[in-house]
Amino acid sequence: MSDTSKTVKSDTTKAEKTEGVVEAQNTVAPADDPTAAPVSVVDPRLLVREEGFKGYITEFKRKVKGGELGSLPVVIGLIVIWTIFQLKNDLFLSADNLSNISYFLSATGMLAIGLVFVLLLGEIDLSVGSVSGLASAVFAVFVVDHSMNPWLALVLTIVTGTAIGALHGWFFAKIGVPAFVVTLAGLLAWNGLMLWLLGSSGTINLPSDSGPIKLFGQNSFFMDQAIIGAYLLAGIAVVLSFIGNFGEQRRRRAAGVPFRTNGEILLRVGLLALAAFVSAYVLNNASGVSNALVIFLTALVIVDFVLRRTTYGRKVFAVGGGIEAARRAGINVPMVRITVFAISGGFAAVGGMFFAGQTAGASLSAGAGDTLMLAIAAAVIGGTSLFGGRGTVWSALLGMLVIQSIRTGLDLLNMNTSIQYMITGGVLLGAVVIDSVSRRSQMAAGRG
Amino acid sequence: MSATPVLALRGVSKRFGAVQALTDVELEVHAGEVVALVGDNGAGKSTLVKTIAGVHPIDDGVIEWEGKPVSINRPHDAQGLGVATVYQDLALCDNLDVVGNLYLGRELLRRGVIDEVTMEKNARELLSTLSIRIPSVRIPIASLSGGQRQVVAIARALIGDPKVVILDEPTAALGVEQTAQVLDLVERLRERNLGVILISHNMADVKAVADTVAVLRLGKNNGSFPVKDTSHEEIIAAITGATENAVTRRAGRRTAEAAK
Repeated sequence: MSDTSKTVKSDTTKAEKTEGVVEAQNTVAPADDPTAAPVSVVDPRLLVREEGFKGYITEFKRKVKGGELGSLPVVIGLIVIWTIFQLKNDLFLSADNLSNISYFLSATGMLAIGLVFVLLLGEIDLSVGSVSGLASAVFAVFVVDHSMNPWLALVLTIVTGTAIGALHGWFFAKIGVPAFVVTLAGLLAWNGLMLWLLGSSGTINLPSDSGPIKLFGQNSFFMDQAIIGAYLLAGIAVVLSFIGNFGEQRRRRAAGVPFRTNGEILLRVGLLALAAFVSAYVLNNASGVSNALVIFLTALVIVDFVLRRTTYGRKVFAVGGGIEAARRAGINVPMVRITVFAISGGFAAVGGMFFAGQTAGASLSAGAGDTLMLAIAAAVIGGTSLFGGRGTVWSALLGMLVIQSIRTGLDLLNMNTSIQYMITGGVLLGAVVIDSVSRRSQMAAGRG
Repeated sequence: MSATPVLALRGVSKRFGAVQALTDVELEVHAGEVVALVGDNGAGKSTLVKTIAGVHPIDDGVIEWEGKPVSINRPHDAQGLGVATVYQDLALCDNLDVVGNLYLGRELLRRGVIDEVTMEKNARELLSTLSIRIPSVRIPIASLSGGQRQVVAIARALIGDPKVVILDEPTAALGVEQTAQVLDLVERLRERNLGVILISHNMADVKAVADTVAVLRLGKNNGSFPVKDTSHEEIIAAITGATENAVTRRAGRRTAEAAK
């Protein structure tokens, strides 16, 4: 922008200021604000709308420069991973293999959903792996040893996980023990409890012909593999997105605040429709949409709504962004912390039930090994920051797509577990590096 | 200016252990009046503000709200009466956008869901009536400058429709232009018929916007002056306690002689 145009702009601003009708968007930012300098004349979101397609590209470039990478690294990473594995083994992008990925990602994905909550607070929960293992053992003891109704046992198991999480949260919020240490203790202790529960019998096999274990199992599909089932799901998603977007546009237009143009909404809904129907087509070519995936996606939609549209979600973000600010705003910080850890524990228990569904049993090794690391890696790879306050729950899905693709791909190539661990470790480190670097460039751009 | 002060402190005292932080302090704030609260470090300004804001309950004395005695024991009580406080550390959430911060803790709901549209509309209206200039109400606080954050923090105090706004050193960390913006905003608060208590170390700011200067010294009142008829030196003298010096004594003697 040339100097002359700047002066002209600030003159008009001054003139309007005297009339007291300055709108937020026609302002000139003070010179000390580096980010505002190129875009501040207009509301950055308006800029996009006024310039059409070109505006999106400018906005995109600005965001990448400012370190707001969003899901960009994941999408690039996913393309790279899929290309490499497809070149190495042409079964990788087959419908059956993709269907496998979609089924196996949901268990660890459930753990990752809970972790997103904890990461939004800027904390960490190291116990989710152990809690998921314990959940399957508790469920097995209820169902096999006490012949309890499996659905009641499922509810009790999830309640147990939630209570364990709340206990962690209580130590963290009320006693002031760092969350890292509390959940590290939990990692060991709950694994110990699981071993003790299974001690006499070792692995407990679960009846997989009915109840939740069948539902979470690999051979349970939405609407019993009906071809229409997958398309129905895709259709519901597209219609809901369409209605939601246009409803919001109508309300925003009525209220006189910036709104998305028809073109933008159609583009967004179109992309969603493309992704949804292609996925549905691919999964139908295999054997259908697994119920585990449907439950996982439903959980994502619900949790996303809670985080973005309810006061509770707003409180979680506020505590993650500034504890003192949240406290002064009247937010009960200990309550938020305890409930967040309880949610994490609850989702860990659900994830544990998914694992039990995969193996139709509660084994001594459940929730051990790399389960915890993969869940954390998924949330971080998906774009949720380790430093708190930034992220969405969809990162659980995106991150798990990456992780599960790597795992399935390496399995296809008959790679040893040792290689798998090293590669997954490298990917986690890479994700954290991206997070740290993008945070630093965000600070440099004044968006830390 | 109304006859009954909207907020009045009568003989307020506050002790912390062995320290008598406030002794018999009197303060009156009327609607549409900017009262500057000045004093040296440790004079009790912050303590006084915190008693009004409900952080520290008072030990002795009476706080009157619109002429009636009230008890303020918790921050919640003060907010309920209509006292809004903007502390020096602004306490905004860096990751939330301007609308989110303005309404933090009192989000508007529509069928149980946060009503972003109405919140955004109201936020834009509020910011434009205060002539607050920020690039967008939807950018995170982290990308605003110090002055912009200060005005957002002040605007945030106005969301609850308060009658008295307390500003703790609002210009302390700001540059020239940002200070001017904040001072403009203080005048606009007065135009909205709010009572404003302004804590400041900067005499130029005080002289620019305040109607009354209340001086605290060692936890006691040390004079309350109308800004119009008071010189810079007189205020400084009241702050430092240097009212008795060679100049004032000579002046006093001269007036006494003239009176004879």
